[in-house]
Amino acid sequence: MDLSYSDDEKAFREDVRAFLAEKLPTALSDKVRDGVELNKADMDQWHSILNDQGWLAQNWPKSFGGAEWNAVQRHIWEEEAAAHNAPRIVPFGLSMLAPVLQKFGSKEQQDHWLPRILTGEDWWCQGYSEPGAGSDLASLKTTAVRDGDHYVVNGQKTWTTLGQFANMIFCLVRTDKDVKQQEGISFLLIDMDTPGIEVRPIILLDGVHEVNEVWFTDVRVPVENLVGEENKGWTYAKYLLTHERTNIAGVGFSQAGLASVKRIARAEMAGDKPLMQNPHFAARVAQVEMDLMAMSTTNLRIISQAAAGGAPGVEASMLKVKGTIIRQEINDLARRAAGVYAMPFASEAMEGSNEALPDPNSAGPVAAQYFNNRKLSIFGGSNEIQRGIIAKVTMSGGA
Amino acid sequence: MNFDLTEERQMLQDTLRRFLRDKYDTQTRNTILDSATGLSTEIWEGLAELGVIGALFSEDQGGFGGAGFDVAVVFEELGRAGVVEPMLDTAVLGGGLIANLGDDAQRALIEKLIGGALHLAFAHAEPTNRYDLNRVQTSAAADGNTITLNGRKAVVVNAEAANVLVVSARESGAIRDTDGISLFLVPSDTKGLTVQGYPLLAGGRAAEVTLDNVQLPTSARLGPAGKAYLAIEARVAAANVALNAETLGAMETATALTKDYLMTRKQFGRPIGTFQALAHRFSDMLIEMEQARSAVINAAGHLEAPRDTREIHVSAAKNLMGRAGRLVAEESIQMHGGIAMTQEYELAHIAKRIVMADHRFGDTDHHLERFIALSAA
Repeated sequence: MDLSYSDDEKAFREDVRAFLAEKLPTALSDKVRDGVELNKADMDQWHSILNDQGWLAQNWPKSFGGAEWNAVQRHIWEEEAAAHNAPRIVPFGLSMLAPVLQKFGSKEQQDHWLPRILTGEDWWCQGYSEPGAGSDLASLKTTAVRDGDHYVVNGQKTWTTLGQFANMIFCLVRTDKDVKQQEGISFLLIDMDTPGIEVRPIILLDGVHEVNEVWFTDVRVPVENLVGEENKGWTYAKYLLTHERTNIAGVGFSQAGLASVKRIARAEMAGDKPLMQNPHFAARVAQVEMDLMAMSTTNLRIISQAAAGGAPGVEASMLKVKGTIIRQEINDLARRAAGVYAMPFASEAMEGSNEALPDPNSAGPVAAQYFNNRKLSIFGGSNEIQRGIIAKVTMSGGA
Repeated sequence: MNFDLTEERQMLQDTLRRFLRDKYDTQTRNTILDSATGLSTEIWEGLAELGVIGALFSEDQGGFGGAGFDVAVVFEELGRAGVVEPMLDTAVLGGGLIANLGDDAQRALIEKLIGGALHLAFAHAEPTNRYDLNRVQTSAAADGNTITLNGRKAVVVNAEAANVLVVSARESGAIRDTDGISLFLVPSDTKGLTVQGYPLLAGGRAAEVTLDNVQLPTSARLGPAGKAYLAIEARVAAANVALNAETLGAMETATALTKDYLMTRKQFGRPIGTFQALAHRFSDMLIEMEQARSAVINAAGHLEAPRDTREIHVSAAKNLMGRAGRLVAEESIQMHGGIAMTQEYELAHIAKRIVMADHRFGDTDHHLERFIALSAA
């Protein structure tokens, strides 16, 4: 048992810090720190800076042009990136679709699509959830019917994150209705400019346009955009979901969030003292900080196993549940800390306007973030689904 | 013991519930939320016509209610419908202070208010006082027949719509002294008064109010000089009864929507409410809501009690509502899933009302500490 990082890992951390100090634009880190919504140009700019460094595709093998970082390196990156208020890397192309293409795609598909992800030529979004298929994803109803050299797609996807920016969508579609649900699903790559596709915004409860509905009416998709074999899409989808879970614990986000709570609570006065010195508030902060310290080590234990070749199974579900509980608790502390100044609706701030809202403790849109991050325990397999997995796997004695 | 509503209050509840059910759906409210004023004059006048404002004042004040249970009945219905119109600010706070403290000339405003033709705001909180009612830095200096106000007031709800602001200011004493605080009626067009408005996350609008050498005649003072603190505390107690009842009403809507959703939404071939993991959590919501209902009854029933008894119940209720409200809001969203995160769905607004109530007149921790202090006294 040794809790210290190796010399190589320490050197890696220094490299990451130096890079972030030098290359992360202040305009971007200020936005992230203040909870201001990033636009497409912001995200493209950050991706481009990372790509120039060779650090955009962190999890890709070197043979595909990736950095091929191991799990500990990725963990160090996530800690440092969050501490420096770096924008998150948009995951849809890089860490969701790419691993599927690398494992199941044809050589032609790999050669065509992967470089375009790195350059930003393609912006991908995810077509999984449907109005009737959320937690029960395999019940999806969007159909793809073969017609010559094309599939004809009809149906509706929903909760499509950043779909308004995307030119490509990877979709789970039903290609066989007469078999067991999981056995009739295929994985299709669809150009968003194809006639018959309509993207409709969904405005979330904090007023933000982050997710969309995507409607398909007789959308013709070339058969070469089928990934792997027809009706094997569920296998690829499950493979993708395991990759969606890297950084599932969100340790870096929680650490940055906790630092932000303390900053607000040191500025906010409660009586004659800063709120941070109020015993009840300090106790709330301390409790979540102790939880985070332990979870951070849980995360590292699992990561070390993965780095040594072990596959995280039920542990990933545990990290999702605990990680989101902690992040949401930190969001709750931030809104508490802001006091009456949590009440103003900071929509202007979130859209990047210069009109400053009243805010003596510089808390920013903490209440909006509290509500927005209720999504953390809902998406990517709700916490109820994760608990079901933990119990099912553990009680049956294996996956 | 009798926990039934009186016939009058039952009628008021029925009428108000029917009015809001007919007039105040999600789409109507979203239009109001997007509007420049953040409130509907039509709804406001409708509420006045129904006697809703009058129900918040006693007979000798020109109304026909005014007791804790009148306040609770009205606000539970406003909360159930997620109403964003500033009944709390205009009637309970502004109107209540004038009715309790005003001279004959000042109390003449109440008739207009009950008729729906006057808006008020209570400008008390300041940028660094968090939830302390006694911490007042805004100054009032009397010189002959003129009083001059200077200072800044924070997150003054309904300040833009208000025809008159009820402003607290210190005439004497140190920053935390309860003694030395006075109230003043400041018409919205007074020179030196600046109102910088913005929307609120849970609906309605507020403003930062700056008083820069605002000059008032002595007749603008509401009640005796320097002795307003206890009256403010008593009115904030009424405001907390109102806010707690409103939160209870919102929690009832949240649980009703969740129940419907659990019974109609199917995943894995069955209604999700048949999964025990969700069914038990729904039951916990109902259990906490009954606790909340009793806390509201306790606070409303002791609003006319002596100060210490009243305040213990106010703090107990506000602390419990903060805890139960958070549970109901978060669990309702979680059990709905994504749909509850969308602006179009009723629960999104209702959940915001519930959680953001924790940010007015003292949050869960503030009232925990206050309860401990009051219990020890």
